[in-house]
Amino acid sequence: MTTLDRKWLAAAGIALAAPAFSQETSPALLAAAEKEGKVVWYTAVDVKVAENVAKLFREQYPKIQIDVERAGSERVFQRINQEYQSNIKAVDVVNSSDASHFLFWKQQKWLAPHTPPDTQKFPAQYKDPEGYYFVWRATLSPIAYNTNLVKEAEAPKGYQDLLDPKWKGKLVKAHPSYSGTSLTGTYALTKALGWDYLEKLSKNGVQQLQSTTAPPKSIASGERAVMVDGNEYNMFMEIDAKSPVKIVYAKEGTPFVTSPTAIFAAAPHPNAARVLQNFLYTAKTQQLLVNDGGARSVHPDVKEPANRTPLKDIKLLADDPAGMLPQIGEIKKKYTALFGN
Amino acid sequence: MEVIGSRPSPGRQLAPGRRLAVDLTAPFSIAMVALLAVLVLLPMFWLIVTSLRDGDKAFTLEHYRHLFVDPAFVKPLVTTLWTSFAVGAICVATAAPMAWLVARTDLPFKRVLRMLILASFVTPPFLGAFAWVLLGGPNAGLVNQWYYALFGLKPFEAAPFINIFSAWGMVFVMALYTFPYVFTFVANSLDLIPSELEEASAILGAPPLRTAANITLPLVLPALLAGFLVAFLQSMTLFGTPAILALPAGVDTMTTKIWSLFQFPPQLGLAAAASLPLLLITVVLLRAQAAIMGRKGYSVIGGKGGGTRLLKLGAWKAPALVLFGFVLGCSIVLPYGVLLRTAFVKNWSGPVAGNLSLEHWRFVFLEFSQTKVALINTFILGASAATAGTILVTMIGYLSLRKLVWGHRHLAFLATAPVAIPGIVLAVGLFLSYTQPPLVLYGTLWIIFLAYLTKELPVGYQQIASSLKAVHPELEDAGRIFGATRLRTLFDITAPLIRNGVIATWIFIFIGSIRELSATILLFTAKTKTISVTMFDLRESNDWGPIAVLSITMLVITFLMIAVITHFTDRRLA
Repeated sequence: MTTLDRKWLAAAGIALAAPAFSQETSPALLAAAEKEGKVVWYTAVDVKVAENVAKLFREQYPKIQIDVERAGSERVFQRINQEYQSNIKAVDVVNSSDASHFLFWKQQKWLAPHTPPDTQKFPAQYKDPEGYYFVWRATLSPIAYNTNLVKEAEAPKGYQDLLDPKWKGKLVKAHPSYSGTSLTGTYALTKALGWDYLEKLSKNGVQQLQSTTAPPKSIASGERAVMVDGNEYNMFMEIDAKSPVKIVYAKEGTPFVTSPTAIFAAAPHPNAARVLQNFLYTAKTQQLLVNDGGARSVHPDVKEPANRTPLKDIKLLADDPAGMLPQIGEIKKKYTALFGN
Repeated sequence: MEVIGSRPSPGRQLAPGRRLAVDLTAPFSIAMVALLAVLVLLPMFWLIVTSLRDGDKAFTLEHYRHLFVDPAFVKPLVTTLWTSFAVGAICVATAAPMAWLVARTDLPFKRVLRMLILASFVTPPFLGAFAWVLLGGPNAGLVNQWYYALFGLKPFEAAPFINIFSAWGMVFVMALYTFPYVFTFVANSLDLIPSELEEASAILGAPPLRTAANITLPLVLPALLAGFLVAFLQSMTLFGTPAILALPAGVDTMTTKIWSLFQFPPQLGLAAAASLPLLLITVVLLRAQAAIMGRKGYSVIGGKGGGTRLLKLGAWKAPALVLFGFVLGCSIVLPYGVLLRTAFVKNWSGPVAGNLSLEHWRFVFLEFSQTKVALINTFILGASAATAGTILVTMIGYLSLRKLVWGHRHLAFLATAPVAIPGIVLAVGLFLSYTQPPLVLYGTLWIIFLAYLTKELPVGYQQIASSLKAVHPELEDAGRIFGATRLRTLFDITAPLIRNGVIATWIFIFIGSIRELSATILLFTAKTKTISVTMFDLRESNDWGPIAVLSITMLVITFLMIAVITHFTDRRLA
């Protein structure tokens, strides 16, 4: 291939990748979006956080109706794929906590490239190099406990401590077949500790819930004493609501879960989709996610509240969507065999 | 003297309808058979075909082999069978004595008790399951909190009073909302058996319990068996209760298993194969039930005898009321109470004092964007299924009961056949039928509409048939003799007479539709959500406050509708 060919191809690539839509929310884009009048957002973020984001969007863009469809990441994935298989194009913008979903959708050529202006400030590891998706929010999936039921001195320090028989019947965990966060976290645990760790854990009477938004609510109500995984952002929300709970960042490391968003190429409201996508990454929305939603943001202008442990002080188990993607079926199957559905 | 009608007025004689009208009854009837066949048989056809096909559409028995060899399927099947059996047995053991107490003794507060039993009959079982999570969660559940407080125990250190997240917890909650079936069967049967035989036994010196065991029990045995079978079938086909109570304990039933096969990528062949055992068991048990009820057994059962002499309970009044108190307390009082409490407090497991809030109501009705969509969809589906269903069953009922055309038997059979199709099985069939050309309905409300219409046909048909049977054909014949067309007779004579029956049918179908979960769960998409699946989605993230608010909304609508029915049926009695 000659240099000229390559240049030509690159130019063609740019021409293909460069959409007819402007990247920032220009008056023209906004006018086109308002003409569409609606945007459909499938998201895996907690239902109240999702509605808060929608409320802020409505305040800024009162002429665009925003429909929020909230479910667990794996459920969102399942619904979109089921809909696309039946030729139903309903979704405009999607958010999932299982980053591998975006690899799949990109392979299927279902996504549209679009770079929200704010994401130019993001560190490179939080962006798809071809501009299809970006990390919208991140969360950790820590251990946590109810402080009325467990004394601080007796609290687990890490994952190995959870195998202690004294926790039998007191543990609660989300399900990787439902939750992308749980899937990402469980995969990180199998890489760090091996499947035999999970096998031992499954024998310690773990109550199985679906969403990673559920275990924090379960330990806050005192239904269970210790959660094995669950969203850090729900924990922050519980702590802000003065629930008797405390987070443990395990000595083995805590799974770090990124949650991107993207636009679908066949979006029924393509302009409104771009307005929403730009809005989702602004410092204001990101700050809302951090303050009210307890999320971790990768936006450099966002400030962390003082009472939260800064990310740099926590040992992280990074996510690895590309490594996980080919193994998802296997992980779910093995996990279900151990813990049930 | 002029004989009225013998010399019709010229106008009537020349009635154009008389001469020009072609009797459309036969083609109309054939069209009905075809319509019903599409509704009922097409989904079953695709169910069977898909279960026998592999990925390349070649014939295979692999799915069935999988079903009976893989422990991932055998275990749920076994769980389904034993839990359904347990529910049936528990229902018989509690509801039969309750029915006897109401029918044969001077138990006080009968009217209130019957009303509460009706209430547990119409409570959607999954609402009961939601409520029992809040009551019987092993540590934070209110009943367990009271138990710990009462005995000075600490959660986790002592075993909970009840653990609702278990197979037995599921059995308990299923029984709470299934016992009214057995109660109704036995109570109706007792009403039909004259009490003379029992009185004879008493006169001959047998104590009441011996009379009950030796005389009454054998007489109501068919009703007991039939009630048991219906309770068994109800439990076997429920989806919500096992998904809410058994799944968190890692226990699968057939319905939750079928549902999980729809996760991406869906395993449709397996789902179809897994549906067929449910279908077969239902068909067999319903035939058995029909045989039991059809065989009258003892000739005493027939017209109602003279006044039933009520047995004096005396000192037994208190224990009898305790039985009712326990069953109705667990199925109505506690669940409704906990739903109300949860809807009005911030943190459901905390004390009420200082915790009161309207936050969940504000969230559900002002912020939660799915509420509006779900409410609108639920109403559209309920009203359209009720309207179409009522029209359909009225026409079918008329054609088949008046035996107007050849094939009327097929009409009645097809209209009542869906009773043998569990909701989730119907949904699998509909999904397979309408996600492929020529008719792609998945993603629209139409597919859910078809599910509700088909599912409610038998209920509607039973309702309308009993109304139609009450209108003697002679009244219609009189109309025909005077020269009116069949259609005109129908509108001028039959319709006004069955009006109340039609209204009741509409409302029955409406109530049945707005609470539907087990079929909707496989057929909904984001745009076509209903209240029931919205609640199910909220459950997966433990948002109990909003769930309680939606539960109360649903119950209020249901009871309003029942008040309307009672209003109309009472007028008919008067």
